[in-house]
This record gives sequence, C-alpha cells and structure tokens, in this order.
Amino acid sequence: MLLINCPFCKHRNETEFVYGGPVGANRPDLNSASDEEWVDFLTMVPNPIGPVNERWWHALGCGEWFIICRDTVTHEILETPIEKV
Amino acid sequence: MQNYSLFSLARNALTGHKNWQKAWRSAPLKEAYEVIIIGAGGHGLATAYYLAKEFGITNVAVLERGWLGGGNVARNTVTVRSNYLRDQSIPFYVKSVSLYEGLTKDLNFNMMHSKRTMVDVVLNYPKMRDLRRRQLTMDIYGSTYEQITVDEVRNIIPALTGGGPQSRLPIIGGMVHKDAGVNRHDAVAWGYARAADALGVEMHQQTAVTALLRAENGDIQGVETVKGTVKAKKVIVAVSGHTTSLTETAGLRLPLRTMNLTAFVSEPIKPIVDVIVNCSDLGFYFSQSDKGELVIGGAPDSGQSFRRDIKQHVFEDTVGAMLELFPSFKKLKLLRQWGGHLDIAPDASPIMDETSVSGLYVTAGWWGGYKAIPAGGLTMAHHVATNSPHPLMQAFSLNRFKNLDYILETGTTTAR
Repeated sequence: MLLINCPFCKHRNETEFVYGGPVGANRPDLNSASDEEWVDFLTMVPNPIGPVNERWWHALGCGEWFIICRDTVTHEILETPIEKV
Repeated sequence: MQNYSLFSLARNALTGHKNWQKAWRSAPLKEAYEVIIIGAGGHGLATAYYLAKEFGITNVAVLERGWLGGGNVARNTVTVRSNYLRDQSIPFYVKSVSLYEGLTKDLNFNMMHSKRTMVDVVLNYPKMRDLRRRQLTMDIYGSTYEQITVDEVRNIIPALTGGGPQSRLPIIGGMVHKDAGVNRHDAVAWGYARAADALGVEMHQQTAVTALLRAENGDIQGVETVKGTVKAKKVIVAVSGHTTSLTETAGLRLPLRTMNLTAFVSEPIKPIVDVIVNCSDLGFYFSQSDKGELVIGGAPDSGQSFRRDIKQHVFEDTVGAMLELFPSFKKLKLLRQWGGHLDIAPDASPIMDETSVSGLYVTAGWWGGYKAIPAGGLTMAHHVATNSPHPLMQAFSLNRFKNLDYILETGTTTAR
C-alpha cells in the first residue's frame, strides 16, 4: 500500500488514487513530427528497475492530476513534483 | 532419456529408487552455441525443445539466472484456455490448448492435465454482449463458448450462493468454455527441460546474462554472463518482466512495461468447485487444485513494479469480490500469496519477433503466457530456424506498432 503525497491533500491512501501511466516523452509537434516519432511517442514508455515518473489522479479526493517519482523495486516515493500534467 | 512408465516405476521401486537418472545434465558452459535462449522458463524451454525436435537444431544453450522453472512458470495460476477476442489470437491459443492436451505423451511426463471447463459468471448485459461477440469469433476458429442461464450456472457451481436477486449486481447468466483446463506447472518446465536435454540442448542454471553483445555491423554476436562471454549468431530473450532491462544493453527499446500480478492460495478443503470460475465484472477468478487449495487470482498492481510481492488492498479487493459470490469461503484461511512481474505491450498482446538487431529475437509481453507456452515455443522455434514467422504468430510482430495495428486484447485477461 502506498501513501501518496497529493499536492493538496498531502499523504493519502493509495486506494483513493487512480494510476495514470508512466510519464513518457513530450508530445511532439504534429506538424513537424515524422511517423516514427509519433509512433514512438504513442508506444514507448520508460521501464526502469528503479525510479520512474508516473501520473496519478486523486479521483476519490480533490481530483488533482500530478506526477510522482516512485521506485519500481522498493515502491519508495522519492519526490512529488508539483508539476501540472 | 530414461522412459517414465509403470514398468520403470516398478523396477526402480524394487531397487530402492536409487537408479533414477538425472532429468537433465549439467554440462560445462561452452564458448559458442548456434542458438542461445535467455531464460529457462516455460517459453524458453519450450522453444529449446521445439528447436531440437522439429528443426534439428540441438547446439542450443538455455541460460537461466536463478533455477530452472523458478520464474513465472512457477508463479501463474495454471489456467489453459482459448477464449480470446481477436482473429489473430484465437487460433494461436487453440493450437496451444491442443498441444497442451497431448503434452504428457509428447514429453513422457505427466502433466496432470485436467480439462475441467471454465465458467464466466456474468453480472451485466454489456459484458454478456461482449462475450457473445467473442463466441462468434471463437466459433470460426474451433474454440467453444456457450451461453448458459443463471440456474445452469448455479447447477454447475453449487457453492455459488451469492449474487442473488437481492444483491447489488445479481448474476444474469454465464458463459461456458469447455476447452479450458488446468495442469501442473512444474511438470511443464521439467518435462520440456528433460526432453530438450535428451535431444542435446544444454541447460545452464545460475548463469545470469548481464548484457547482450553486438558485433561491429550491429548484428547480435552473443551474450555476457556472470560465467564469461558466450557467442551465438542467434539469441532469444525469454525473460518476461526483465525483457527491456536486457534489450536496453543492446541499445534496443521495446514498447513494454513491467507490472506485478499476484495470486494466492487458500488452505486445502474437500472438493467443492470442479470448474475454473471467472468473474471479470467483480475482478477475480479461481480454481481448486488437486491438493484441495483454492488458487485465486485478481488484477495487477497499479503502476510499474519489479517487486514480486502482494499489496494488501489488491488482496482485499480480490478476496472481497470473491466473497460477494461465494460467501461461504469467508472463513477460509489463506496459506500463501505471491507475485510475479510480467511485461505488457500497449495492446496487451504478445510480441514474438526478430528485433531490429539482426539475430536478436524476443518473446515478451506475455500476459497470461502460461497457456501459450507450447504454441509460443513451437512458433518461436519456427521463426528462429526458418527465418520466417510461423503463420500463427505472424501478427504478433514488432512491426504492428509501426502502423499502430494493435491486436487489442485488454479485458480478455486481468490486464487493464
């Protein structure tokens, strides 16, 4: 069970949150991106044994989307960037 | 290979079971092989066996970090079935189920295959329509699915006393998949290993591969292991959750992420349920093992994970869901719980292909890969031996992502 640090509600139980996937590359500019770059953006995500940035949604709380950095081995939440998604 | 039979059992009993041969040899690691398979799990061992048996390629080494059959082939819930959704998937799993049914004879190893039927318990009409649609596709490819009424569901599963008219989501019917069965996972790993060994394949346990090696022209040329460098022109990666960790050492990225899926087992009880029960509306499935334990599975953990453990709330969600339909299981104690990490592609279908690194093959993205072991091994061996994909696995290529030509199977397993 994770205690997730919501930017507004602070530490809340994982069951209040919905997982929103790992943070991949930035969305490329559609007018200049090649097909390969676009497919890469849509399909490739980081899969490290260690820290990964991921989105969570405080669905049963304040409703905020935010990014946390979590270790995929220890489940330790290393930091909570208050960055807007 | 020493044949296993009633006669050999009797003869060895008379000599105090002292003369059984080892099931496989422990040969010294050579400097080069024709084919290296990384991972002595179900898919790795099956690929090795079919390479030797069907294509005569016996200069093969299977390299395993831990012990043979100690990965996900030991961590699954042994459900073998073919009720999938897509035209590309169903014939593949139909083939796998039929290979499983003949595996005891093929490998001379008792798989304890029990073709016991799977019953989907359905609680809402959209789900029922979805399963009926699956049935129509499955009919084309020789798999079987059949709708039954609530009374018939309760007849087949007398222990199913919940989900009545008073419950929030009453049962509205069921779907029966008669091809489904369970068998013995250790026998699959050991049977394939023993049969492959008899044909000349070498198994090397505690031989972790630390990196893939590429030649100057970019082709694969071997692997770096904790026991030194081993060369091969063809390398197959069959390591489940660690696929991307390995392929990244060759500078190759794959559209996979690793997640943790859990299962748990109750204390043994008298026979109470003789089918596999699946209720995807509530999010659980279970079957009763030969020892009498209920083997229960549910949904994966949220988020990527390389842990093989279980989260309390995942466990509570799954068991709570089961108690909705089976309130009498409330007092059962749970004996064991465990997790296994597996990787999943964006469409939840497997990837079996030669990668952009010439000579480097991957068989990955297996979500519920246990049922796919025989067909996965056979078709992968075909691809490696003939340099062309087997028709049954052609669709599971890496190229499909280039065209976003997904084979969407999310929802046909516990994958979300």
